[in-house]
Amino acid sequence: MSGRISPAAIRLASVLAGLVAWEIYGRAIHTVIFAYPSTIGRALIELTRTGELPFYLRGSLVVLALGLGLAIVIGIPVGILMARRATVEYALEPYINALYSTPTVALIPLIVLWAGFQVKAKVILVFLFCVFPILINTYQGVKNTDARLLEVARSFCAGEWSMWRDLMVPSAAPYILAGIRLGIGRGLVGMVVAEFYTAITGLGYMIVQYANNFRTDRLFVPIVVLMILGVGLTSLLRRIERSVAPWLHVAQHE
Amino acid sequence: MSQDKGAGERVATVPRGIGAGSPRIVVDRVSKSFRLGSVALQECSLEVTPNEVLCIIGPSGCGKTTLLRIIDGLTRPDSGRVLVDGVEITRPRRDLAMVFQHFGLFPWKTVSDNVAYGLRVQGRPDQEIHTTVAQCVELVGLRGFERHYPYQLSGGMQQRVGLARAFAVNPSVLLMDEPFGSLDAQTREVMQEELLRLWRIRRTTLVFVTHSIDEAIILGDRVALMTHRPGHIKDVLDVGIPRPRDPETVRGGDRYASLRRYIWNQLRPEVAGTVGAP
Ligand SMILES: Nc1ncnc2c1ncn2[C@@H]1O[C@H](COP(=O)(O)OP(=O)(O)OP(=O)(O)O)[C@@H](O)[C@H]1O
Ligand SMILES: [Mg+2]
Repeated sequence: MSGRISPAAIRLASVLAGLVAWEIYGRAIHTVIFAYPSTIGRALIELTRTGELPFYLRGSLVVLALGLGLAIVIGIPVGILMARRATVEYALEPYINALYSTPTVALIPLIVLWAGFQVKAKVILVFLFCVFPILINTYQGVKNTDARLLEVARSFCAGEWSMWRDLMVPSAAPYILAGIRLGIGRGLVGMVVAEFYTAITGLGYMIVQYANNFRTDRLFVPIVVLMILGVGLTSLLRRIERSVAPWLHVAQHE
Repeated sequence: MSQDKGAGERVATVPRGIGAGSPRIVVDRVSKSFRLGSVALQECSLEVTPNEVLCIIGPSGCGKTTLLRIIDGLTRPDSGRVLVDGVEITRPRRDLAMVFQHFGLFPWKTVSDNVAYGLRVQGRPDQEIHTTVAQCVELVGLRGFERHYPYQLSGGMQQRVGLARAFAVNPSVLLMDEPFGSLDAQTREVMQEELLRLWRIRRTTLVFVTHSIDEAIILGDRVALMTHRPGHIKDVLDVGIPRPRDPETVRGGDRYASLRRYIWNQLRPEVAGTVGAP
């Protein structure tokens, strides 16, 4: 039975098998446009050594960090406010629904017209890509605050600020973090899209450039970096999610 | 007050209250109904004397929680009013504290931070909070557990935190809504003794809602019986068992037996009404 083999071992074996198969097949057909793991690895080392990859990666990360940071700083308070004040909720709902349902990509020409080709436009795009999951999750989390704890807080004469600090935010924290995790996934998409369709920069630039030159080994480098970024940030967030509310996981631990 | 009469005979004289001074809490013809037309309280009146323990007992759904929430200012009555020290209650006040059946602890706060909650909300200085929390944690026997989180504690210990949190704000009125109702029988008895001990040290006016006749007699100076639908106070009895009380001795006494029988006879038709028995 496979019962004794750990899931991690199965995952690792599967990935290794995939890489080996890819390598063997790639070596066998050996065409210029079909890169395989060892050539990609070599390209990765080269591009890191020349400083090209760090340079473009930094450009991309600045955009991602600014857009995501803005989305967090705006999304969380607005989400809480909407959950706490019906007036705010009804007033903002139409805009949020409209923006959330519109494919953000369709807004790119407009954003370029208004904000130019540079960092500002890219940050706005990343922001639009990732603010909604954060905002909506925060709203849901606050709405799900235990009504009994709300009553405890009222009984102790808690003010609105204390309600946020002692009750809403901690209680919604798992939702908010899950929202940020979803936001990061979408933010990465937004980042690459922005780099393709506004001024071509960052990892997106590397992709476009090496695709045009048929350098598939180098083309894979930014792709692999994006993948690592996505997987890394997402699993980091998952880890924080688990540690931030240990009382939610008591049953699993015992 | 003579002690040797049967409980039934003294009932008529009791509702005026035991003390001569002005009452701490006056519940004055309070009515409350909810949507869907369910009447929780109708013309409910009650007086609570300073520093007495008043137990309220009644069938499930008769409006005990609703009454306590109105006294605490968490909800407004449709008509009638509640006065605490002569001032009408319109919203929660700092000098009233509540202990909840569901404990109501913040799972993300440690024992210390939970106990400190009321003081923090009131914006007391850190030094004072620190000292008071240490005292109250000690008082309820939780020394050494300050850094624990509620989910790491047993139910009994969790409710000790709830008690400490309420005592920490030094309230003049403590409201308890079946605080031991979700504990197992043994823990419950231990907690009753704890509460008797705490109340000896920190005299306050205590309104204690319970389902248990035993608990009401062990803890109460007086026991208020509530009727079902529409909920109001049917009767208030003097327990008349001297303090300090040892629960085991009390349970063995004649007074306990006669009170228990009397209260049960009073409650039985009410309870039957709720379960549809003849
Ligand atoms: N928020 C509410 N909305 C509608 N009905 C309510 C609400 N709170 C209480 N009720 C109704 O009012 C009545 C009294 O409820 P309450 O909780 O005060 O009873 P209780 O005596 O505390 O019951 P228990 O002993 O089961 O705790 C019940 O019929 C209940 O269904
Ligand atoms: Mg109740």
